[in-house]
Amino acid sequence: MIRQFGWGEFLFLLEGARWTVVLTLLAFTFGGALGLGVALGRTSKWRLLRILMATYIQIFQGTPLLVQLFFVYFGLPLLGLKVDVWVALTIGLSLHTSAFLGEIWRGSIQAVPDGQSEAARALGIGYVHRMVDVVLPQAFRIGLPATISFLVNLIKGTALAALLGLTELTRSGQLMANITFEPLQVYGAVALVYFFICLPLTFSSARIERRLNADR
Amino acid sequence: MNYSFDFAPVFAAWPMLLEGVIGTLRMSSLSMVFGLSLGIVFMLMRMSKSNALRAMAIGYIELIRNTPILVQVFFVFFGMPAIGIRLSGEQAAILAMTLNCAAYAAEIVRGGVQSIRPGQIEAGRALGLHTADIYRFVVFRPAIRAVYPALCSQFILMMLNSSLVSSVSAEELTYFAQTLDSQTFRSFEIYLTLGVIYLVLSQFFSAALGVIGRVYFSYPTK
Repeated sequence: MIRQFGWGEFLFLLEGARWTVVLTLLAFTFGGALGLGVALGRTSKWRLLRILMATYIQIFQGTPLLVQLFFVYFGLPLLGLKVDVWVALTIGLSLHTSAFLGEIWRGSIQAVPDGQSEAARALGIGYVHRMVDVVLPQAFRIGLPATISFLVNLIKGTALAALLGLTELTRSGQLMANITFEPLQVYGAVALVYFFICLPLTFSSARIERRLNADR
Repeated sequence: MNYSFDFAPVFAAWPMLLEGVIGTLRMSSLSMVFGLSLGIVFMLMRMSKSNALRAMAIGYIELIRNTPILVQVFFVFFGMPAIGIRLSGEQAAILAMTLNCAAYAAEIVRGGVQSIRPGQIEAGRALGLHTADIYRFVVFRPAIRAVYPALCSQFILMMLNSSLVSSVSAEELTYFAQTLDSQTFRSFEIYLTLGVIYLVLSQFFSAALGVIGRVYFSYPTK
């Protein structure tokens, strides 16, 4: 007997969506921390560090996320690490996130007027406090809309986990489509779940951006 | 770490990888052209006076931009046969990428069109240009010129995203890499090589689009 795509089947998709959310949060947390380092390196006064970080960013922006994930997934065992697929995905997505957020935040840091850090330097404030108390809070404001847009991209990016076999939202959809033989409804439902996760973020990003521009 | 790298089977399969590169170039170029054209249609709908057309365009654009392209590809490839449209992997891939690209292109081009001041159009009209000519020379060309860098990065993203249509067996670069992987089990070497090829491809696209831009937009502005 073939199952119909009904309410219970939809709940199965939502259970898969939990992995989508968990993966996103993990990658955003670790990737964000690493990305801050990338952004600071990219704007540092040492040329070598700047070039190194620019190359790092270029590599991640110039290759598909899918290839990055495969690369990490098959590369970790070579380092002698036997890890679960979700760990490999978290590492892969975090690295990807760090490069993109690094580039976004580099732009935000550079968008803070030079006078701000010059004034801080004139007051004798050291690098750490100059960054933490003066530049980064302002950069955070400028970079917020783009950061939220990237978060939406990251949520969509976690769909690739399905191709590595983690049962998140898209993979749940694949399984459900195979059971019910109703791919149109199932993938439509999957798309709607993503849509309702991402839409509030997209809207808030647009609203913050309008508000920032209104200040100017 | 006691793994001995062996790139020989990867390099030996270069005709296969070349075919993959050609497949990637073919599918992503077609999607770019179709996507930009369809995107302009959606942009016109988005900016039209009719509320219904505007709502439709906004709905479409937001739906596409807030769902993963992988799900869109699955929807087209696995879902469409249910309503009687059966597509090959490559056709489904091009259709899905076109639909995806159109939504992004519509928003990008809209930004460009909104940057054209009304005075320009009035000037065009005062000079006696046809409406079609006004659209072509006074609105679209300068508008696309203004947003060309953003459009180019969207196109390059499109090319990179084409890697995941391998999942519906459209024969592009990643598809052949996976085939090669199942034949030789040299996963790490294959995906490293694959990454390098994509890096080169994105540089190539960036340069090629830059040249196209310089030729097409090389009219004087002042």
